[in-house]
Amino acid sequence: MSSRFPIEAALALGLVALAGCQKKGDAPTPPSGQGSQGGVVASALYPGLDHSVVTIDPRASKYYDNADAVAAGMKLYKAYNCSGCHSNGGGGMGVDLMDDQWIYGGRLEQIHQTIVEGRPNGMPAWGGKIPDEQIWQIATYVRSMSLPATLAAQTGPTPSQNPAPVPRSADEHAGWSPPPNTASDYGSTMQGPTK
Amino acid sequence: MTRKTLTLLALAAAPAALLAQTVPAPVPASEIFTREQIGHALSPPTPQAGRTNASAAGAPADDGQWTMPSKNYASTRFSSLTEINPSNVSHLVPVVTFSLGVNKGQEAAPIVADNTMFVVTAYPNIVYALDLSKPGVPLKWRYMPKPLPAAQGVACCDVVNRGGTYSKGHYIFTTLDGQVISLDAKTGKPAWKVRLGNINLGETITMAPLVAKGKVYVGNSGGEMGVRGWVTALDEATGKIAWKAYGTGPDADVLIGTNFHPFYKSDQGKDLGVKTWPADAWKIGGATMWGWITYDPDTNTVLHGTGNPGPWNAEQRPGDNKWTTGMFARDPDTGQAKWYYQFSPHDEHDYDGINEQILLDMPFGGKMRKVIFRPERNGYVYIMDRYTGQVLSADPFGPTNSSKGVDLQTGRLIINPAKETKLGQQVRDICPTASGAKDWNPSSFSPRTGLVYIPHENLCMDWTNMQVNYIAGTPYVGAEVHMKPGPGGNRGVLTAWDPVMRKPVWEVPENFPIWSGTVVTASDIVFYGTMDGWFKAVNARTGQPLWQFKVSSGIISQPISYRGPDGHQYIAVLSGVGGWSGAIVSGPIDPRDGSAALGFVNAMVDLPKYTTPGGTLYVFALPH
Repeated sequence: MSSRFPIEAALALGLVALAGCQKKGDAPTPPSGQGSQGGVVASALYPGLDHSVVTIDPRASKYYDNADAVAAGMKLYKAYNCSGCHSNGGGGMGVDLMDDQWIYGGRLEQIHQTIVEGRPNGMPAWGGKIPDEQIWQIATYVRSMSLPATLAAQTGPTPSQNPAPVPRSADEHAGWSPPPNTASDYGSTMQGPTK
Repeated sequence: MTRKTLTLLALAAAPAALLAQTVPAPVPASEIFTREQIGHALSPPTPQAGRTNASAAGAPADDGQWTMPSKNYASTRFSSLTEINPSNVSHLVPVVTFSLGVNKGQEAAPIVADNTMFVVTAYPNIVYALDLSKPGVPLKWRYMPKPLPAAQGVACCDVVNRGGTYSKGHYIFTTLDGQVISLDAKTGKPAWKVRLGNINLGETITMAPLVAKGKVYVGNSGGEMGVRGWVTALDEATGKIAWKAYGTGPDADVLIGTNFHPFYKSDQGKDLGVKTWPADAWKIGGATMWGWITYDPDTNTVLHGTGNPGPWNAEQRPGDNKWTTGMFARDPDTGQAKWYYQFSPHDEHDYDGINEQILLDMPFGGKMRKVIFRPERNGYVYIMDRYTGQVLSADPFGPTNSSKGVDLQTGRLIINPAKETKLGQQVRDICPTASGAKDWNPSSFSPRTGLVYIPHENLCMDWTNMQVNYIAGTPYVGAEVHMKPGPGGNRGVLTAWDPVMRKPVWEVPENFPIWSGTVVTASDIVFYGTMDGWFKAVNARTGQPLWQFKVSSGIISQPISYRGPDGHQYIAVLSGVGGWSGAIVSGPIDPRDGSAALGFVNAMVDLPKYTTPGGTLYVFALPH
């Protein structure tokens, strides 16, 4: 944990984590955080880089390893009718949330941003409608749905009823599943400078 | 937590996931009522009084085209063509396939008029016009209405469209984001378009419009979103609104006036669309119209049902919740209501009343009567008088235990208290399931056999009510549902129903719910499709299988039969699984959540093993 802190601090200062051995000189400029809330990048594709880029919102930190947040998130998820579209994570009117595919990114800050901004194919924009603290809690619950610990706790046909807290390590992959048989540096994107 | 632990936990999770992905055990037959126990009629069958038929006004002589989804106003879906018959049907081959370019649930009927075939796809509702007079039926034009993508987020049950209709040189259809568009059939250029729905309130449109008496009749979808339902009539030439009738609210909004004469007492009184609800609940109470609107030329009446009340949690809306889950008869010119009948007062099980009305002339009580044949979602075949809305008989055609028959004196469904839904308590083995003994997919009627060919489901469910808040533009459901197979375990049935004798003549069980319509021909062949992708022909008199062909994706659309420009008979159908029942394949859905897709996933966990998403038009013919 402590070894990662300096990166997050750096990010909070507007710097961006760049992983691996990026060539100097002709490297494209990574995202600067302009435009979107917290400078959160939703795409794994960053033209010209040899790795993916993640941006970290320091506000996400306190929702990791936080059992209260995930429990509160579960209540809010039902109260705000998230369950009406996404069911208990299996989807319906909205996409499923309990698998390991994240269209707009699966890190806590990316889920938070998706809830705040909405998405073009039918996800409503909740920014300004749900208090921000609650959006973080809902994001935490959503992130928990696909955790092995949460999936293991399923006893019947209704999943996500005993959500595990989201461990800090869960987002080491930046929420993206690396393609099989590829030497992924998603993790090193996060950890690069500290390795 | 290390990655190694994560992997171990993932392995540990596997058995639970697998467990959740088995099809649940069927409900025992002892749990449901028999036809003898709960079926009722005002008088015993009198088949000697005449032959069941559709009137000439409702079902004029077949010109070989297929200009509206229901074939004719009587909604018989009967084709008089006989080139394909039981002895040669085994030689049927696909002569045209055409990719729709959309891999979502395809529920539309192809429309054939002026040597052209018109098809509208699921969202984004692309319309294709194919030239039937040329080899390979080349594309004449295509029209992209570009509905708002966000509409997908308020469509309850996949992004389906139930088809367009042809009238006076125009192809008229609806879009998911609430538009009605009339295209010049020759050029594909819009003559007019109007936006009637507001997606920010959860409104979409998925139904097939009906054209009659110079008007286009349409209704909205959104019964799961706290939408207030309506049916509206547009001028066929201009798209201008002629009238709009809401499904809830004050009489003035519902177009209830001095000409309103409902048969039963419970439907009589002022402003019942307000008084039968808790304060203001009618404003978000449903009664949408996303199924079939019918015009009856014999009585000059527009007939349409109304959808479920919102929310599904009935404990949040004490009262009869008029005018949900019932049927209106209206003046086609003014929209003024003539009568109304409520199939499921204070509906507790999502039994929308939007299924097809087949208009028959039928012997009943010793004489010929003009009746409506209505295979209803709540499990009963209703035979109703077309002039008054009186129920002449009501008999179960699917597994039923949520009610104990229809009281023919009061017209009221007799609720089974044991299957009433409750807050925080799972009520088990409720039959039929939320999608009904039968959903929207339409039946057909043959005047040759006098039988109605009902494609339907054999499903039950477990249901738990949950308190739900109304947030505009989001689901307003308040129930957790898990569906399961009905007795016997076959989730679908094709039933040949004798409306006079009030019983099935034969039944064909299907593994999956039948979500396609049926078409019946004058050679006594019934065509229908299955969700696992078989297009089938069976003998209309015996149900005996005659032919089947495996298409690219499951079938949930409406097959048709037409005469091509070359004089030969063709059978056309869209493949492309989806819809509420098939969302587990067409949508991003995880089968480990049985409550997904409003509980349908629980009963369909194995469908992805049988079929994949698709969207293809198939046209079949005998080699010639």
